[in-house]
Amino acid sequence: MTAVPAEAAPGAASNAAAAAADEARTRRRIDTPPPAPPQPRRGGSQALLLAGAIAVSVYGYINTGLALDGSVPGDTLRYAGGLAALALIGHLAVRLRAPCADPVLLPIAVLLNGLGLVLIHRLDRDAPTAQPGAPAQLLWSAVGVGLFVAVLAAVREHQLLQRYGQRCAVAALVLMIAPIFFPAVNGARIWVRIGGLSLQPGEFAKVLLAVFFAAYLAANREALTYSGGHRIRGLALPPRSVLGPIVAVWAVCLGILLLERDLGASLLFFGLFVAMLYVATNRPGWLAVGLLLAALGAFAMATVVPHVRDRVDGWLAPLAGIEEGAGTGQLAQSLFSFASGGLLGTGLGRGESELIGFAGKSDFILATAGEELGLSGLTALLLLYALFVSRGYRAALGLAARNDDFGALLAVGLSVIVTLQAFVISAGVLGLIPLTGMVMPFLAQGGSSVVTNWVIVALLIHLTHAARKPTPAAAPAESAP
Amino acid sequence: MIRCTRHTAAFSLLLLLALLAGAGRVQVVQSASYDDNPGNRRTQIARWSQPRGDIYIGDRKVTGSTDTRQDLRYERSYTAGDLYAPVTGHASQGYGATGLESAEDDLLSGADDRLAPFPFWHEITRSLRPPGDVHTTIDRDLQRIAYDRLAGRKGAVVALQPRTGRILALVSTPSYDPQQLSSNGRDTTAAWRRLTRDDDQPLLNRAIRQTYPPGSAFKVVTAAAALENGVVGDIDAPTRTPSPYRLTGSNTLLRNASGGCADASLRDAFAASCNTVFAKLGAEVGGEAMAATARAFGFNAGEDELRLPSPALPSVFATRQDAAQVSLSAIGQYETRATPLQMAEVAAAVANGGQRMRPYLVERVTDGDGDTVGVTRPEVAGSAMRPMTAQLLQQMMVDVVERGTGKRAAIKGAVVGGKTGTAQHGVENSAIPYAWFISWAKSGGAASAADVAVAVVVEDAEAHRADVSGGGSAAPIAREVMKAALD
Repeated sequence: MTAVPAEAAPGAASNAAAAAADEARTRRRIDTPPPAPPQPRRGGSQALLLAGAIAVSVYGYINTGLALDGSVPGDTLRYAGGLAALALIGHLAVRLRAPCADPVLLPIAVLLNGLGLVLIHRLDRDAPTAQPGAPAQLLWSAVGVGLFVAVLAAVREHQLLQRYGQRCAVAALVLMIAPIFFPAVNGARIWVRIGGLSLQPGEFAKVLLAVFFAAYLAANREALTYSGGHRIRGLALPPRSVLGPIVAVWAVCLGILLLERDLGASLLFFGLFVAMLYVATNRPGWLAVGLLLAALGAFAMATVVPHVRDRVDGWLAPLAGIEEGAGTGQLAQSLFSFASGGLLGTGLGRGESELIGFAGKSDFILATAGEELGLSGLTALLLLYALFVSRGYRAALGLAARNDDFGALLAVGLSVIVTLQAFVISAGVLGLIPLTGMVMPFLAQGGSSVVTNWVIVALLIHLTHAARKPTPAAAPAESAP
Repeated sequence: MIRCTRHTAAFSLLLLLALLAGAGRVQVVQSASYDDNPGNRRTQIARWSQPRGDIYIGDRKVTGSTDTRQDLRYERSYTAGDLYAPVTGHASQGYGATGLESAEDDLLSGADDRLAPFPFWHEITRSLRPPGDVHTTIDRDLQRIAYDRLAGRKGAVVALQPRTGRILALVSTPSYDPQQLSSNGRDTTAAWRRLTRDDDQPLLNRAIRQTYPPGSAFKVVTAAAALENGVVGDIDAPTRTPSPYRLTGSNTLLRNASGGCADASLRDAFAASCNTVFAKLGAEVGGEAMAATARAFGFNAGEDELRLPSPALPSVFATRQDAAQVSLSAIGQYETRATPLQMAEVAAAVANGGQRMRPYLVERVTDGDGDTVGVTRPEVAGSAMRPMTAQLLQQMMVDVVERGTGKRAAIKGAVVGGKTGTAQHGVENSAIPYAWFISWAKSGGAASAADVAVAVVVEDAEAHRADVSGGGSAAPIAREVMKAALD
């Protein structure tokens, strides 16, 4: 790790700026990384932001009711109360267990979760005969917040997780293999049915894998960076003994996912792996290898697997079905939805995104947001994700400055998970890349996903707390050149 | 590690920018093209999301909307759909719109800018504009009488007010109930299939969307051309026409259906409908001058003039013909074709002293509050002939009714002028001919303004051939319509 100069400006890690400004500013000082300065406790800001998040969500709920029925929904107070209770529990847990944590993370999570509930409820209303999604989603959100509190309470120090790296890997593998023994749903074997519950264990596996990768890479950084192994065309490779296990885990993951035909998850795991490897080793070569492998894999999949080829064809010509008289495809419906929203949107409850049909509340939830909130609302949503993720990266920078390799890598990993998930599904439904099933974090319907995302927030809260808490004893020693 | 973390963060930022750019592309740049895509049902959903504006005949509306509680929420309904189908057309969720439903669609669906006092505000709030109503010029009684008198025979009736161009009746039979096509379900598909495959073509608006050879009814135009161009100076002077008459440059001998045509005067030839005389006059006037007069009466008109606003088909008088062809065209055969509307305009132009008024179907349009947002004012389409020529033609047309082929159109106490036509058609003229009658009527003596001009065409496959003639089949219908207009 680079030595940390003592004179680095403390203001660099101010939590005022959004991702863009932060990036531009920090990149200019690429060689003088700031140590995370001691931060004051920000409980007050967090409470205020939480109140704002709840207000916006409840306003959206009322707005939907007004548009659909012309009156304020009768259960507005119940919805507001439920959301406020969840927020309050989360807030108290953060105040008790991680008082120095970043005050923005929890409010963003609550806001996205709240808006997601509004959108799902709104789509429920368009299909009165189908099973409603909002009540279940609210229940899962409560479970998620429960787990959030549990993680905050159980994990005293995030460093403790490092010890569980191996066990996380095994657990992740088990979780990913499990769906193979259950019937496929809509072409993908990613579900586990226990009683009346449907779970996507792959969602939980993401976090476990991030922990494992972080633990393993932190432990073997030296070996991975200063390789004495083979050189292939000028590219120095680390010793096989170090690299072997990690590549094996990665290959196993991909293999299982190919068997389960979950393209989105393959992409996510691969991206996560490459990004964490790059950060851990400081070696751009990994990126080149990663991109090459991704390109090869994508090409092979697109030519060999018919279901993937269909997706690519659909992406290249989303409107082809209409011209052939075969009807309007889902991606076309999604694009129509976004287009209909225009700059300002139709207003909540007044769009026609139900035309998307299947997966409207999950994969395509963003289309509803785009149609009813417009480009302005969609931009705000995407900026919320950007802000959320930027706080994760900032925690990574702070932890790296404190020589906490595991913490920094875990923060990067979790941020990459959220980034890639949001990007892959958003770009998919916007027609930027071939569509792959993925859950828009917090927003989309899906119990496993909501619960997992709350765990991610809990871990990031731990990490930001660690990055920002004052270190009275260690400060002089750590900042010595 | 810090540097690489920043790279990763920067890459995430890049992904965000890509998303924003992609969203901007879909939501703003390409938005309009996606909105207009035929596969996008939003246009349809929005279109049927509120009750459609109504079409009025007099002070009564003949349309309505039914709430279906389906995706496409409101469906069009019609009262007396068959009777008014040539006026309203249909507004179907599955098969488009025709007639006024199509021509005034913007207003009836609420898209017309005249309905929104603040268009920009509507753009932002996307609130629905209440649709407007269309008030037609149709006279309920005339429409009903014309429809009943046609009694299911294939044919059409158009009645105009000569001094304004208001369309008082627009009838086409056999008709159909537009409500059968309102929905988009299976029943509608079946109805559409049945109607489009029907040999009697009930969907065809014969009054304005079908042209027929006008036959002898066209002799009004030929007479006007002969008078305007000085070929005939005195309508009572012999025209020196042999009977039968041999067409110039051919061996075809033209004969007459009735006697007394040899060397007849224009007045007598008009009353007896002598083909020989008019064939000769046509040749003498010449193709170009004939075409010019036909154009002045409204033949070969451009699209603009034919918007009622429902689009009428243009009527045709061939330009560039040889003398024999001009002769045949002059008696309404060869390539001459006219809509019933056009022939009603011919009668109206004569009755209005030579001035042809532009025909129109919509009196005024109102917005959702009932405030008038548009009024059609009578408009001169052009001068068909000099007033003097019109005077002579009026006399000649009165003669037709008083002592010629059109006696069955006479109305006691009114001045009625008319012209019959029996148009041959089909291979070697073997098909049952079309019967024409065009006429006008005045209640206040010969010098007063005419109250109504009518064109009637009957094409009836089931009638005996002898019965199908302008004087026999069509004139009585015209008489009833005119009588109703005079009362």
